[in-house]
Amino acid sequence: MSKPRVKLPKSAKAGEVITIKTLITHKMESGQRKDSKGNKIPRDIINKFTCTFNGQPVFTCDLLPAISANPYIQFNALVKEAGTFEFVWVDDGGNSYSTKNDIAIG
Amino acid sequence: MVTLTKREFLMVATGSAAAALMGMPAIALGQEKAAARAAEFLGGATAKEGGITLEMPEIAENGNTVPLTVRVDMPATEQSYVESLMVLADGNPEPGVATFHFTPLSGTQEASTRMRLAKTQNVIAIAKLNDGSFMRTETLVKVTIGGCGG
Repeated sequence: MSKPRVKLPKSAKAGEVITIKTLITHKMESGQRKDSKGNKIPRDIINKFTCTFNGQPVFTCDLLPAISANPYIQFNALVKEAGTFEFVWVDDGGNSYSTKNDIAIG
Repeated sequence: MVTLTKREFLMVATGSAAAALMGMPAIALGQEKAAARAAEFLGGATAKEGGITLEMPEIAENGNTVPLTVRVDMPATEQSYVESLMVLADGNPEPGVATFHFTPLSGTQEASTRMRLAKTQNVIAIAKLNDGSFMRTETLVKVTIGGCGG
């Protein structure tokens, strides 16, 4: 089970650019490795990450097998108003993991 | 599932992979794939050199997790911002690392992550602006696996 974690400030000034740090536990199996019998271990990675604010897109990222296990993604966001950030990760198996964080102005 | 004996495995492995494992062709293959991906992203346009900062350790001790920060040195506004930023590693078996998509709500065009690097190689960043122009930067990273000082 992948567990997402997100770190961002609880409040910001209107028009401030904040930094958001995200981390999710995931083995990110690259599809290049072989098991003890020489069979290829199938690829299983988080391939898409999306961040939206009050439903508007802020930042998205397409991930490929060269991203390390337990992918860490850090980016910035411009905060104009109070609202909710939603973060969604999707893996090759079609599983999706999400979390939400509120931010206030002040 | 087919179980191969060591002898059978070696026969299959040498038959199919001998050409690819001869050293130089393998390196060329990674660079070729990287060039093909870059060409696909550019779609016939030419990229201006520079304008992107790639922050990585000069020597990465552990190729399994190499910190990377990539930044386009211009402010993000509604009129002018970076739509996509592609990162490639030309010495990996698959050169793609990640593509970041920004919006005016991103504030800046900067992202950090951690990547896998198979060996010493060039990391390439290509940015696509919303006006259709491109920027490109390339940086060499030395990778030491197992601490042998290579």
